[in-house]
Amino acid sequence: METDDETVARAAASGDRSSFAALIGRHYDRIHGLCYRLTGHRAEAQDLCQDICAALPAKLMAWRCESRFTTWLYRVVVNAAHDRRRRQAVRHKAAQGWGDWELARQDDIAVQAEALDWLTQTMQRLSPELRDTVALVLGEELTQAQAGEVLGVSEGTVAWRMSEVKKRLRAMAAEDAK
Amino acid sequence: MTDDLDALRAALKAAPAPDLEAKAAALRLAMENFDKVQGSLDPMRLPLDRPQGAGFLTKVRMMLKPLTTRPILTATTSAAALLMGVVLVLPLTKAPLPMPKPLGSITAAAPETKPQPALTAEATAKTKAVPTLPTQQPRPKPRPMLPSPSESAATAMSDKAAAMQAAQDMALAAPAAPPPLTEAARSAPSAKMSANGLIAQKPMPMAQVQTNTEAYANAPQNPVHVTSDEPVSTFSTDIDTAAYSVVRSSLNAGQMPPADAVRVEEMVNYFPYDLPQPKADAPFQPSVSVMQTPWNPNSRLVTIALQGRSVTERPPMNLVFLIDTSGSMEEPNKLPLLKQSLALMLPNLQPQDKVAIVTYAGSAGEVLAPTPASDRATILNALDNLSAGGSTAGAEGLTLAYQVADQMAEKGRVSRVLLATDGDFNVGIDNPDDLKTFIAQKRDSGTYLSVLGFGRGNLDDATMQALAQNGNGTASYIDTLSEAQKVLGDQLTGALFSIANDVKIQVEWNPAQVAEYRLIGYETRALRREDFNNDKVDAGDIGAGLQVTALYEVTAPGSPAILNDALRYAPAPETTSPHELGYLRLRYKEPGQTTSKLIETPITPDVPATSEARFAAAIAGFGQLLEHSTYLGTWGYDQAIALAIAAKGADPYGYRAEAVTLMRLAQSLSR
Repeated sequence: METDDETVARAAASGDRSSFAALIGRHYDRIHGLCYRLTGHRAEAQDLCQDICAALPAKLMAWRCESRFTTWLYRVVVNAAHDRRRRQAVRHKAAQGWGDWELARQDDIAVQAEALDWLTQTMQRLSPELRDTVALVLGEELTQAQAGEVLGVSEGTVAWRMSEVKKRLRAMAAEDAK
Repeated sequence: MTDDLDALRAALKAAPAPDLEAKAAALRLAMENFDKVQGSLDPMRLPLDRPQGAGFLTKVRMMLKPLTTRPILTATTSAAALLMGVVLVLPLTKAPLPMPKPLGSITAAAPETKPQPALTAEATAKTKAVPTLPTQQPRPKPRPMLPSPSESAATAMSDKAAAMQAAQDMALAAPAAPPPLTEAARSAPSAKMSANGLIAQKPMPMAQVQTNTEAYANAPQNPVHVTSDEPVSTFSTDIDTAAYSVVRSSLNAGQMPPADAVRVEEMVNYFPYDLPQPKADAPFQPSVSVMQTPWNPNSRLVTIALQGRSVTERPPMNLVFLIDTSGSMEEPNKLPLLKQSLALMLPNLQPQDKVAIVTYAGSAGEVLAPTPASDRATILNALDNLSAGGSTAGAEGLTLAYQVADQMAEKGRVSRVLLATDGDFNVGIDNPDDLKTFIAQKRDSGTYLSVLGFGRGNLDDATMQALAQNGNGTASYIDTLSEAQKVLGDQLTGALFSIANDVKIQVEWNPAQVAEYRLIGYETRALRREDFNNDKVDAGDIGAGLQVTALYEVTAPGSPAILNDALRYAPAPETTSPHELGYLRLRYKEPGQTTSKLIETPITPDVPATSEARFAAAIAGFGQLLEHSTYLGTWGYDQAIALAIAAKGADPYGYRAEAVTLMRLAQSLSR
């Protein structure tokens, strides 16, 4: 029988190397999956995932087992994604006006974007908050309460966001039908 | 439409498998960092933009860390550790070190001081069986300063220290993103404002203004009219100021406001002007001045300003707060700001006023039964207990709020429903027209409605405007606490107690003096010419002490600024008539009356403009710049700023100085 996450994580937090190795080996795929769902981009997800792995040892020191380990882990991932998004927004702003090279790159991105599937297009049209909520509720199949815990908002807010997502999807479908 | 949702779920589930090489690399990196973190007490290797000095904090934290995990400490060691902490911290604080203050959210992180002895060893033994990565040399013991955990009497003091440390650790780590640990935590407080926690007093910068579901009430800019074709211009007054706050919140967030969000008249009317006070019993005093148009030397700008009578005594009020507590209100600039704003308002109420609170979210409910405004503790308590969650059922809440208002109604009292929302009406009557009809009925029964808008991203400005206009109330947008102070503090009486209803303005221009005219703003307030004398047609109200300013740009016959060519077959207008530019007519009703009164005054070109009118012109110009108006020629932000600064006057509250700042911001953003 596998030792439960919390016990392993506690051991890892107190410095046991093999426990940490077991823990991260166990959860890497989960982290990667959520990274992908949050970013909607393979390379991006990989980078983000690596950042998280790099920071996890330090973060784990702060883990106080006040919630389930997976909940805590989801929260770490979501926060990391936010942080990355924020930095990118800054970088994106700085990148505007970089001349031809940047224009060409943006063109490439535009071409790629056209090829992207319905999922990406849909996710891109949702606001970051809604995207996170969708990734957790639909992608990770958390309950609304769990998703609320991860995102640090109330269950009601998650419920509202999901209804908002439905509304947007409907609007998008109507728009596409035009 | 669950089909879409299912499709989204299916698509999301199909996440691609992680790249094996990347996985191996990431795991290797994780292990390396693990060794580093465990191996020494040096600051963690944190890449990127880590603020200077933050490493020291981490160091202190890591030194103190064992205190929290090893529960069994004697008083002496903990005292020694604390001392060490103090010694380490003190020299640091000479540089300003913004320690994240533990906010209300800390409660979630209740100190974990449960003893878990021997657990580590046990867990180690268990997990040793499944080694996935090669074990390295034994790590050095990182806790030299701890005694063996054999003494079992953890004293109150060490408990306290551990609890404090745990709280601090949580504040540092809980909402943090991976690399810049403390930095992210520092920016987090604003996202986690607790119910009665303090909000930043400064205008809070919004992370991002999302225009996706915002809807604005606006109409195309008023065109230039030819006086000989259409000598009469009619509109209703507008004392709303929401557009200015929306513009400000956009600019402060680093974005140009959407052109639709700009209503020039609301921007002009945001500012208090020094106008002549009404005489004796008159509810308001019109004043007219004429100046050269700042953006066109060949035309003139006519400023029509109304000053409402101030009241020293007003009848007692019944206020029903209708508060949106839907999930979307969770953000710090929504419900928490709303609570603070209302708390700010209470001291401005009179003891005989009554307050009730109704919320709507999923289901509507009366949170506070009618309570005298003097019982502040009860009201504040009810406000504090509000929390966001659920969907929005605006219409249901409105019905309930009006019911409560009806119950409270008494002779000699004024009733108001104050709707506070981020503008979303998800459930119930979501058709603005139906809502309008409902509110208009209630208006006729004597209960007026004012709307306070909060937050961005969802702002349904169009519905807010429709509700407030039909409810004979004002629509304000509250983006900062200082705006709350202005709307609910300084101008409370004006906003809630009107001295004249259905105020309509009609100007008949004299074709001999004015060949063309253009009303700046008031697009959403246009009335038909015949509606002026029709007392059945609703129009805006003027609150006690409030002001309304309207600006016309007029062009004289023969001026090079004329845009429309003279007609070949129409007779030329006579040019011998009096030198009056036009004739101003105002209609208003005394509160509670159904027939209107008329005030008439000629507009003569010889009243020079004051600095007040010039400032209004600067703001009108600013508004038109934001609307991308085509009438300004080469006149730009530089000129608007110069004009505003020259006409700034006393500006006791700094509103005008703020406007200049916004102009400069807009100038930079528009480049």
